[in-house]
Amino acid sequence: MVKVILDNVSKFFGKVKAVIDLNLRIGDGEFVALLGPSGCGKTTTLLMVAGIYKPTKGKILFDDKDVTKLPPRDRNVGMVFQSYALYPHMSVYDNIAFPLRLKKVPRNEIDRKVKQVAKLLRIEELLHRKPSQLSGGQQQRVALGRALVKEPDVLLLDEPLSNLDAKLRVVMRAELKRLQKELKITTIYVTHDQVEAMSMADRIAVMNAGKLQQYAPPTELYNKPANLFVAGFIGAPPMNFIEGLIKEINGEYYFDSEYFKLKLVNEIGEIIASKTSETIMGFRPENAKIILEEKPNTIQGKVYVVEPLGKDIIVNIKIGDMIVKILTRPGAELTPGQNIWLQLDMKKIHFFEKQTGKAII
Amino acid sequence: MRKKLKMPSIGGKTIILNVVKYLLAIIIAVIPLIPVWSMLLWLAVQSFSGRVILGIIPSEVTFKNWRFLWSPIKMGLKEYPNIWPVTLNTLFLALGVTGLVVFVSTLGGYALSRMEFKGRMELMQFIIALHAFPSIILLIALFVILNNLGLYGKGYMTLVGIILIKAGLEIPMATWIIKGFFDAIPWDLEWAALVDGCTRWKAWRTVILPLVLPGIGAISIFSFLSGWSEFLLVFTYVEDEAYYTLPVLIYHMIGEFKFIDWGMLAALGLFFTIPTIIFFSTSQKLLLRIYVGGIKR
Repeated sequence: MVKVILDNVSKFFGKVKAVIDLNLRIGDGEFVALLGPSGCGKTTTLLMVAGIYKPTKGKILFDDKDVTKLPPRDRNVGMVFQSYALYPHMSVYDNIAFPLRLKKVPRNEIDRKVKQVAKLLRIEELLHRKPSQLSGGQQQRVALGRALVKEPDVLLLDEPLSNLDAKLRVVMRAELKRLQKELKITTIYVTHDQVEAMSMADRIAVMNAGKLQQYAPPTELYNKPANLFVAGFIGAPPMNFIEGLIKEINGEYYFDSEYFKLKLVNEIGEIIASKTSETIMGFRPENAKIILEEKPNTIQGKVYVVEPLGKDIIVNIKIGDMIVKILTRPGAELTPGQNIWLQLDMKKIHFFEKQTGKAII
Repeated sequence: MRKKLKMPSIGGKTIILNVVKYLLAIIIAVIPLIPVWSMLLWLAVQSFSGRVILGIIPSEVTFKNWRFLWSPIKMGLKEYPNIWPVTLNTLFLALGVTGLVVFVSTLGGYALSRMEFKGRMELMQFIIALHAFPSIILLIALFVILNNLGLYGKGYMTLVGIILIKAGLEIPMATWIIKGFFDAIPWDLEWAALVDGCTRWKAWRTVILPLVLPGIGAISIFSFLSGWSEFLLVFTYVEDEAYYTLPVLIYHMIGEFKFIDWGMLAALGLFFTIPTIIFFSTSQKLLLRIYVGGIKR
């Protein structure tokens, strides 16, 4: 197993800048997710680590060895593609044995390893089949088997769960995580699904438009987003954002939006005011309470629509002409048009600079 | 009661209507086949008939027309070479063309489909443009080239020269066809092979090539048939009768004498089509696939 270091890596395709100055350190045996919307450069990054793309600039290191110019076959990486990319003309057995045959491993050794991996992934009874005779979940296991059988230093997974149905995805999520912890292979996992990234990865690298936005463990990403993009991307339903000015009146700090004024905790207000006055406030749907009578320092709004989710409900609330989403337990009957007040958890609100989108607090 | 009476009459009507509809469709579908099949049938009947009245109507059953299979062909005073060496020549030409076309166009098609190089677009347009010119306009220029290469009048080497020319004429189209098959193979597969430890050459050979087998099948059929039936080049460049191919031999059967042995011509014609029929009947499926442009997954 190795550490993987991406040192100022960029990849341009003609005028298109797919990845810009990416710095990433992935620890030995760590499970890192590259998370971002489609076209953010995460798959390009993965293909650079695999050696299929050569970086336009920068270096890639496995431990202390510079592998930037090495072809894929000399890197000892295993990769599972989004489409699984099983060789359709080979049986499952031959698919898994393929990397070993290329390495000229003795025949009985190949047989032993293929069977061992098949057992690990529970696909022993499928070995004689062709990929076209397998279900999506089985194909995914075979692809994983092919990647694991060569005992790679780094395992690369490109949206391996995206072609599975929702139920199987949840099962495979846990299974993949268990497998990774068991084998302790340094793993890079590309996904656009934040739930996948949050639930599986040790650390998540959030990317957007070719740039790294934040690289942190899941809880930190959730609780301390570095900027507006990360704040909006992580969490479902997404964080609510409200634009407004920070004002100081008689030594007290207020957040002043077009429709309401909110008194802030003094220390927080001071910090924000020292940086900028034009801000965007963000709060997560679960960090606000709906109350039915007016109290000091609350926001008045009207119920717009209620979306029941079973255990929870999402209440859409109209404040002026903005709509915010609040996640809460079903309780009091809420009817559209009804007047309500929002009480925010003041310790869990976020402020971002309006100009740069960077988090202040 | 009324309803009950009406029901069967409607049913009957729809059945008749359906029968008429399908009959009409079948007739329309079969019409274009009638001339083709009737000609082949005529050829078959003719080849086994002893005397042909007015060159059309057969009579008597005989194997006399097939005598070229076991004895040299005599037309008046002239004796033509035995059919088997000529068939061998034809086979040599056809297989030579096929081999060369498949070899060059699978490599070329892969390059056009997968590799980035300067002038790739222009090259592809140029390949299409090549088809605007009939090969007959190249006849004299090619003769000069063949002569300078010392391939003219050299027996089998002349046939080799013709293989080169014929393959050269076939390769652009074949490359174009096979490129479509390479295009249909996802990059993921090739990348997977590279990650698994292949060099690019090895990935091409072990992963990509088996997947374009239908395409290779298609271009080999096309080039085999075009080599098998090549007339003009052999007719122009081959002097020695020992190196004739079947089309040229058949031509001489018609061309040399005013009096034509229709029976033998029919038998010869049928003999000539046998490989074609074998090829098509065994590889129909491959041929059908190229019109959908790639691999069914």
